[in-house]
Amino acid sequence: MRTRSLWPYLLIAPTVAGGAFLLLYPLLKAAVISLQHFRMGELIRGGAALVGLENYQELLGGAEFWQVLLRTVVWTAINVALIVALATGVALMLVRLRRGMRLALMSALALAWATPVIAATTIFQWLFQSELGVVNWLLTTLGLDSFDGYTWFANGNATFAVLVILVVWQSVPFAALTLYAGLTTIPAELYESARIDGGTGWQVFWKITVPILRQLFALITALEVIWVAKCFPQIWVLSQGGPGDATTTLPIYAFKVARVLHRYDLGSAVALLTVGILAVALISNLRRMVRS
Amino acid sequence: MRRLTLNAAALAVLLVTIFPVYWMFLTAFKPTRDIQSETPTFWPTAPTLEHFATAVSAPGFWTFWRNSLLVTVVAVLLALVVALLAAFAVARMRWRGRGAFVVMVFAAQMAPWEALLVPVFIIARDTELLDSLAMLTGVYFMITLPFTIVALRGFLAAIPPELEEAAQVDGCSRLVAFRRVVFPLLAPGLMATSLFGFITAWNEFAFVNVLIIKDHDKRTLPVWLSSFRDVFGTDWGATMAAASLFALPALLLFLFLQRRVGTGMTAGAIKG
Repeated sequence: MRTRSLWPYLLIAPTVAGGAFLLLYPLLKAAVISLQHFRMGELIRGGAALVGLENYQELLGGAEFWQVLLRTVVWTAINVALIVALATGVALMLVRLRRGMRLALMSALALAWATPVIAATTIFQWLFQSELGVVNWLLTTLGLDSFDGYTWFANGNATFAVLVILVVWQSVPFAALTLYAGLTTIPAELYESARIDGGTGWQVFWKITVPILRQLFALITALEVIWVAKCFPQIWVLSQGGPGDATTTLPIYAFKVARVLHRYDLGSAVALLTVGILAVALISNLRRMVRS
Repeated sequence: MRRLTLNAAALAVLLVTIFPVYWMFLTAFKPTRDIQSETPTFWPTAPTLEHFATAVSAPGFWTFWRNSLLVTVVAVLLALVVALLAAFAVARMRWRGRGAFVVMVFAAQMAPWEALLVPVFIIARDTELLDSLAMLTGVYFMITLPFTIVALRGFLAAIPPELEEAAQVDGCSRLVAFRRVVFPLLAPGLMATSLFGFITAWNEFAFVNVLIIKDHDKRTLPVWLSSFRDVFGTDWGATMAAASLFALPALLLFLFLQRRVGTGMTAGAIKG
């Protein structure tokens, strides 16, 4: 263990070089572009001029950004609430199952988890297809005749619902398997003594399981908030933020503004604001959850 | 009675979880007549490979397949090598700035990649790296690198340094000691880590969309699959066959490595 050797610095040099060119430099560049007048013309000719906070003023002063932000909050809240609730249910179920059934369920979860995002998105387009989709067939068979030939992707709320189902289906496995791993670390004696003291299942869950796994719950919630709020490929492939603006969340908005309208300056501002909002929301929430 | 309800509920969850994947494979093997029938069939009656034939012979399929594989494998291998060097420095050596470096790596794990789409696009354009697989590989390498370092550092720290020291006392050089003693013990960790890198890169969609614009021969499978309507129209059999071919490597790798690595699965909280 030589202290004054060059070796450690040589060993981390490739990492530092990669991080500097592919992470730090783009990050600084994003900040600079968001302070510039950078559109199609500047992309071709170069020579973008600094305009200070003009892009941020344009965003925060208009109604559209706030609409998209509200939609993103609703989108994130619905998804994360469903994911955490369902994952908790599945994890509690896994603990109680016998070995064979448990392994089968865990393999199924792993399979859903490993399915590539774009493959899953394509599958859901097929499941919810209007004429031959199996979902419409099932709903019609169950007596809901209004779903005969129903076009999910023509209606804003219906498209939103399909996207929620897709994201929840993709996200529950990770959360459930992680929570299950956490549950197995709780000693059985704790549960037994609670039972002897006459605790009901509900009480035991809230008084023992939740407090012990509080940090794990906080971690999973935080990760899911990040993933859901930043979720891009599913929405872009399925609806491109439409119909209308019904599924335009912040990442979709940033992409549309930059790539479709060629407002690279505004797109960068949206992206950086998203990061800022997420960071503030997560840090304040995490602090509260860990402390309480 | 309780057990019966529990098992029934578990079975329901299992079916809902597995159904989309099952439906993808089933549709891919169904004859077109069954796909288009009013009442769907839920098991294969007359499996056919015709949709796979259509998917594989679609223009550019093998090019996109090769691009995806090339970009993914190179990015993951590069990240493993670079991360192994850094992880070794962090786990086995003492040096000034080590703490700061570790903090930076953890922070980089949280990097807001979505916010970097525009600047990476502009940097690529300025350096004439648009429509180049090299730039794409570089980005994927950087996306997977921080996690790879963190994971490998954990695996390395779990191997007692006394093993290497003993080998060095016996006359091995530090490099030989690492290769003969540490590397074999590290192999499962390397595999688990590469699994996450592979899935991330194989799945990536936003950066390909931004970096590969004009030269469609440089596209990867996710982009191709997302535009299946241009390719297959309403041929859902062929679309599902294409989706199956895209999903299969990830699924196989996952099942294979999950069994090998066991608990490593949740060791790193990361998802694509």
